Amino acid sequence: MKILVCVKQVPGSNNVEVDPVTGVLKRNGIASKMNPYDLYGIETALSLAEEYGAEVESITMGPPQAKTVIEETVCMGAKKGTVLSDRKFAGADVLATAYTLSQGIKKTGEFDIIICGKQTTDGDTAQVGAEVAEYLGIPNVSNVMSVDAVRGRRVFVTASLDEQIVKMSVKMPCLISVENDINSPRLPSYKRKQTLSEDAVSFLSFDDFDDKNPDHYGLNGSATQVERIFPPEKNTDKTVIDGTAEKQTQALFDVIVSKKLV
Amino acid sequence: MRDSVQKLIKYGADKVYVYDDAAFEHFRIEPYTAAFYDFIEKVKPSSVMLGATNLGRQLAPRIAARCKAGLTADCTVLKMKDNTDLVQIRPAFGGNIMAQIISTNTRPQFCTVRYKVFSEPMPDSNRTGEIIPMTVEEHKIKSNIEIISYYDKPREVDISEAEVIVALGRGAQSETMRAYAEELAELLGGMVACTRPLAEANIYDAKRQIGLSGRTVKPKFIICLGISGAVQFAAGMKSSDCIVAINSDKNASIFDVAHYAIVGDVNEIVPSLIEKIKEVKADV
Repeated sequence: MKILVCVKQVPGSNNVEVDPVTGVLKRNGIASKMNPYDLYGIETALSLAEEYGAEVESITMGPPQAKTVIEETVCMGAKKGTVLSDRKFAGADVLATAYTLSQGIKKTGEFDIIICGKQTTDGDTAQVGAEVAEYLGIPNVSNVMSVDAVRGRRVFVTASLDEQIVKMSVKMPCLISVENDINSPRLPSYKRKQTLSEDAVSFLSFDDFDDKNPDHYGLNGSATQVERIFPPEKNTDKTVIDGTAEKQTQALFDVIVSKKLV
Repeated sequence: MRDSVQKLIKYGADKVYVYDDAAFEHFRIEPYTAAFYDFIEKVKPSSVMLGATNLGRQLAPRIAARCKAGLTADCTVLKMKDNTDLVQIRPAFGGNIMAQIISTNTRPQFCTVRYKVFSEPMPDSNRTGEIIPMTVEEHKIKSNIEIISYYDKPREVDISEAEVIVALGRGAQSETMRAYAEELAELLGGMVACTRPLAEANIYDAKRQIGLSGRTVKPKFIICLGISGAVQFAAGMKSSDCIVAINSDKNASIFDVAHYAIVGDVNEIVPSLIEKIKEVKADV
């Protein structure tokens, strides 16, 4: 069995600001890290590999520095991983990202289970996994709370579906997105880090892909356009209630009465 | 099925397209995507909106990718331009920034809509609408997923359904204040909720936590006691109809989202407010 985990490098902190003059995101000086949700995906893959025997690989799309998140997956226990990196991939929205990943996955090998984290901490969309599954033409299940068994060519999972908990089996190959309380991710092994080999990480670029139409990737391949980014609005319709505690209480009481709450 | 269709009409649908097949009994990604895609090909809508539920958030991307169309997740503001471009606004980076997104070159334009950011429409039982039966070829609704069993999640404390909320933060976590908050919530017919630090300290159950990592709420009235108002908290409650904040720090960011800002001591104001409400109730 072969398992692939999709990971992403994200800013180390969410405390980003928008430059009020240029409207551009100020990312200066923010270190990068592995998307925390992805750690649960890696742990799911590694536990399945231990129980049922499997080879675990990882994949990411990003700048060359994204190599470090692939190395982290290898230090946790993955065999190797791939970085999809090319200037042509830059500026991709969900559609173009999912397409690039699907092209990369097709080039990397055939996988029985592809595992994604619930979402990322920068984009927060939780959409890329399902789009990758669509491009690969395989079934997908989101909000997986546990992987209960692997038998024959089927994976048995329990998933959270709004008002219901559903147990189901999915035929391989398939893609699952796991919840963030599914397990406790292991730490990267120091020993594995010391022995990390050069060929643990490979790079694929646009020229390696089957589809060589540049309009399917990056900004050109994106269907959405970000018109502007801005800080969350402040409420302008505000009444300040001043005075002594007694006056403030009376004014608040009047508000409650005016709202017909008593 | 008939009940669900009538419900949609009562809530404002003019036309309801119905795919009725045993394959759709349980949500499985392939048949649902196939039916939805069939509908899009036949009816060609300009915009498609799904609730940002667990179901909506896996179905929408699957269909959007099949249509090679744009999809914006978890929108909190939507506006339609005259040329039918849908202006979609959503939080990113954990609510620290807002992004305004459009898809000018592809149709349909897809989005999922966050729970409780829009007001629920009032149902009208006199409304009528057209019901259009639809079919999709049998081979397209085959699935590689088999449902083994399912059960309803246990009904839990749900602050997102409350019309009045008394929310507590670190500046109001004392046992005395918590008792006052319970009493005030009781008097106003509401529920007590909390910020992340109080849920993390196990003072309240995580189900009572408001914010990005907790619940999104949109009550008619929310009173925030001793809450500093981190963006992650504000993102989970700022569409409430009326927001009152009491905090001793005049620079607290909760005052940026409050409609009524009271710089003061919760320990003084809340007990005397409770007394006042009790007096009125006793008079009635």
